[in-house]
Amino acid sequence: MAKKTMIKAITEALDEELARDEKVLVFGEDVGKNGGVFRATEGLHEKYGNERVFDTPLAESGIGGLAAGLALQGFRVVPEIQFFGFVYEAMDEIAGHISRMHFRLGGTRKMPVTIRAPFGGGVHTPELHADSLEGLVAQMPGLRVVIPSNPYDAKGLLISAIRSNDPVVFLEHMKLYRSFKEEVPEGAYTVPLDKAQVALEGTDISIISYGAMVRESLKAAQKLAKQGIKAEVVDLRTVSPIDEETILASVKKTGRVVIVQEAQKQAGVGAQVAASIAEKGILYLEAPIGRIAAPNTPYPFSEAESAWLPNKQDIIDKVKENINF
Amino acid sequence: MSKKIIDFEQLKEQCDEFETIKLLSEEGKIIDPEWQPDLSDEELIELFKQMLWSRTLDTRSTKLNRQGRLGFYAPTAGEEASQIASNFAMEKEDFVLPAYRDVPQLVQHGLPLYKAFLWSRGHVDGNKYPADFNALPPQIIIGAQYVQAAGVALGFKLKGQKNVAYTYTGDGGTSQGDFYEGINFAGAFQAPAVFIVQNNGFAISVPREKQTAAKTLAQKAVAAGIPGVQVDGMDALAVYEVTKAARDFAINGNGPVLIETLTYRYGPHTLSGDDPKRYRTKETDDFWREKDPLVRMRKFLIAKDLWSQEQEEKYVEEVKTEINEAIDKVENMPQQKISEYLKNTFEEVPANIQAAVEYYEAKEAK
Repeated sequence: MAKKTMIKAITEALDEELARDEKVLVFGEDVGKNGGVFRATEGLHEKYGNERVFDTPLAESGIGGLAAGLALQGFRVVPEIQFFGFVYEAMDEIAGHISRMHFRLGGTRKMPVTIRAPFGGGVHTPELHADSLEGLVAQMPGLRVVIPSNPYDAKGLLISAIRSNDPVVFLEHMKLYRSFKEEVPEGAYTVPLDKAQVALEGTDISIISYGAMVRESLKAAQKLAKQGIKAEVVDLRTVSPIDEETILASVKKTGRVVIVQEAQKQAGVGAQVAASIAEKGILYLEAPIGRIAAPNTPYPFSEAESAWLPNKQDIIDKVKENINF
Repeated sequence: MSKKIIDFEQLKEQCDEFETIKLLSEEGKIIDPEWQPDLSDEELIELFKQMLWSRTLDTRSTKLNRQGRLGFYAPTAGEEASQIASNFAMEKEDFVLPAYRDVPQLVQHGLPLYKAFLWSRGHVDGNKYPADFNALPPQIIIGAQYVQAAGVALGFKLKGQKNVAYTYTGDGGTSQGDFYEGINFAGAFQAPAVFIVQNNGFAISVPREKQTAAKTLAQKAVAAGIPGVQVDGMDALAVYEVTKAARDFAINGNGPVLIETLTYRYGPHTLSGDDPKRYRTKETDDFWREKDPLVRMRKFLIAKDLWSQEQEEKYVEEVKTEINEAIDKVENMPQQKISEYLKNTFEEVPANIQAAVEYYEAKEAK
């Protein structure tokens, strides 16, 4: 096994599925010859040809419509939205059509569509590149929203998403693309959808997170461990629908919880996790649910990112506040 | 003063040079003596019968809606040439993406009438399509079907299948971003799509002139690099001829075509409270009624001795019987279950949905 970046793991997942199933198509802006603006599709156009891996005109709704139409024709499609901040342009096709197609046709048609998109803060992008908009799509019935936190999961989750007959929005945090390497096996393997993972076992408090904030949570847990606090870190992996079983089992064990997300606090994935705990596990708790999230402003101008984004220290402080409640 | 190198006034005029194709006069006579329809007598009769079927269905549907036996309904009378004759040029293996007024085409393409009624009433079974029925249910979001049509068409091309995706929108629909994205994508991929704009002059109440400075909607094709054509949408032979030629062009690898049909809806936008008297005059109504697509097609067939009043009366009775049978059938459908809705939300049902399925199944068993 070799150590690989998350972007390499994603390319491998696409490569595996293109090779395995000739109905798999990969398309979007610059994904062809250029290999994608982050090189996620590097070499795939050359290897599989222009009928399988291709550039589209620059229009996100068009890409969404193309995906829906090709899926109706029996293809298994992996469109890319170049940055998830551009998703508003494609929202009608994703939320209004792709997510509803199976329901709308009474279960008589499948929608095997995996919409990939980079997102996430900390890499000094221009406006509407870095926003965490998973909460928007998490509200759409019929859609799964998957956010990997590491290279191993990215490959296995993306393969599961592509093989799923239901639509998946697959969000890739830009800061994770190349910031670290991890063991990633050769060949195809799957990581299950709809399942959270206990990334670190602990007994004193549960830190529930996803995406890049899992890294921050793990770093916080390391530091807390030195101070005698054994935090358990739960990585949601699929942020909609959430894996209540794993969340509740962890909270039951620790009796305390801090929910960490990079997105703004209002009405998002963290709120859903908190609601599930309040609904089904409130009596496990010895202290109020703690939440770490970005403030409720639009995504900041990039020089202010580090002040705006939640970080390891915010998590440590919130955990201590909870423990000392 | 130096030489004028550009004349914008002239350029503006040039944009608007689109002729309207007409083949059958309002008196039911073929206009160009050098042209004859490429349809057998039987096919001509069948085309007219389908138009008559559509007109009869419209009259009956309006009544059924008023009686509360049918739900959402967007009247179709006046648009029979545009709707039926364009659909008549297509094959069963072609894929239709209709808008909400395009129920007649959907039924003529193969949807059982009772399913169309179920769709109108709001029953999921109306949208359960057999695997070999190449269609989507009527689109409500204006223009969304245009981008999807580009995808369906590209699918045909990738599969090497000689069929088209054909889709409908109205004059208002051509103002949507999706309209431009759809025709542009299909053009860029040279995908076999036929985009039909049924210009009935009004997007609910907003007149065509307020949608765009363009004199025709057909000319919008030019910017996408695809052919655009305007056709008399009250003339079934012209609509058929143009659509058939567009289909042939598209399946032979030449890319998509945009067709604008000039037509009119006699009735309101929908039966959900729209009053056309607020935005249309009697003079406009009369102007279009004189162009009625059935009248001129009937005159044409009677002159050729292919149709008679007796045949018409007999056929209309048959259609009424068909409609009665279909509406009786939908009134006895089983009640819809929320548990089934939940199961249809995903193919691979996640745990939270499964828990809800069990809750609703228990509730429904009571």
